[in-house]
Amino acid sequence: MLDRNHVITAKNLSRADIETVLDRAAAIERDPPDRERHAGRLLGLCFFEPSTRTRMSFEAAIKRLGGDALDMGPVDSSSATKGESLADTVRVIAGYADALVLRHPSEGAATMASEFVDVPLLNAGDGAGQHPTQTLLDLYTMRENAGGLTDLTVGIMGDLKYGRTVHSLAYALTKFDASQHFVSPESLRLPRSVRYDLHEAGAQVREHDDLDEVLAELDVLYVTRIQRERFPDESEYRAVAGEYRIDAATMERAREECVVMHPLPRVDEIAPDVDATPHAKYFEQAHNGVPVRMALLDLLLDDADSGGAAGATDDSVNGGER
Amino acid sequence: MSERDDHELRVSKIQDGTVIDHIAGGHAPDVLAILGIDSSTDEVVSVGMNVPSDRLGHKDVVKIEGRELSQDEVDVISLIAPAASINIIREYGVAEKHRVERPDTVEGVLSCPNHDCISTEGEPVASRFAVLDDGVRCAYCETLIREDLAEHISV
Repeated sequence: MLDRNHVITAKNLSRADIETVLDRAAAIERDPPDRERHAGRLLGLCFFEPSTRTRMSFEAAIKRLGGDALDMGPVDSSSATKGESLADTVRVIAGYADALVLRHPSEGAATMASEFVDVPLLNAGDGAGQHPTQTLLDLYTMRENAGGLTDLTVGIMGDLKYGRTVHSLAYALTKFDASQHFVSPESLRLPRSVRYDLHEAGAQVREHDDLDEVLAELDVLYVTRIQRERFPDESEYRAVAGEYRIDAATMERAREECVVMHPLPRVDEIAPDVDATPHAKYFEQAHNGVPVRMALLDLLLDDADSGGAAGATDDSVNGGER
Repeated sequence: MSERDDHELRVSKIQDGTVIDHIAGGHAPDVLAILGIDSSTDEVVSVGMNVPSDRLGHKDVVKIEGRELSQDEVDVISLIAPAASINIIREYGVAEKHRVERPDTVEGVLSCPNHDCISTEGEPVASRFAVLDDGVRCAYCETLIREDLAEHISV
């Protein structure tokens, strides 16, 4: 159902691809599949940097489909520390597994790795690049909570420069004609390559320094963490981070229906008092990682069984672009 | 004075080698950088800069004796000097003459300036860039290069 059944970047997910995955996820939630559905299938987990939620949700997803996970373990005990290339590592693990999940600190790692394997490869985050499966669960959460995906007004706030979840989400929202408002300090605005793609795609995009310029219009407020290590000194970080923090009082200026999301983990950009408001959907969002990744794996493994020709629709995920 | 007369006055014939003509004025040093030619070169190289040109107004011309350019080199020259023509000279005559054409992609000839790009980390892949109308883009990390392309040349 994908270009060689890989999921590398949200840019290559068509609207039909996304809807196929989300529909399958909804069907899985309504009617969980037989625990033997993918019995005997193995998912290789290649995480070259720490990740709790993403790794565990993939592991839960394959196990709930009846398969199992092969985890290469912490990177400091892997062959990478002996100097093995990523290309060799994925080639070897692809020989053991029916699909691979790759998290790597370098941008473009998933694209490169996909050139060396025949099994489906899912990008679970490549540096400051992309995180397309996070985007699918983000969209699923929006669809469930914001009354659909078409013509939404979405605010995305925080570290837009290095935030891979933001880059993937922006590409995907463009497919649904969303109005996108990017709220960040000047130093953390969208990278040039993402701006270029959004412009080419004709996306409706505005940039803001201050959330209050747009908060009252939003259907969704997607908050990301501003990372301390991006700033040369602590005081500069604190000055910036404090400007992009929300609490329950902030949300009183938002629409009643406005949904607050966050890819987690949060630090202090969303105050705990937001949790108790009806706006908070970030824990539900994290929970949605399992059915969405089950849907994706189900479609990919079905496709692999049928030589790549099948899938829920004729033009499902990735549409053949590279 | 016609362009032909002017050319003949300024650039004498060579026995074998390459003449790169119709480089936009001022870009000859970039072409030399692409070809790895600097002050330490042993090659016999002639450079004409800001020569009057009917087509370009002013142009640069580079002539290298005893060397025929590879396709990779021509591809990269096309990024910096899209109007250039390449004349391959054999036995004092023009054996081949062709305009450069911008390829869809260039492989192994530019280095990605993004230090976090997987293509810079010793993996068994050549750098690969898509050629856009106004620059190039890394096929791995998607970094755009629009200015100072010559600084990223690795041929």
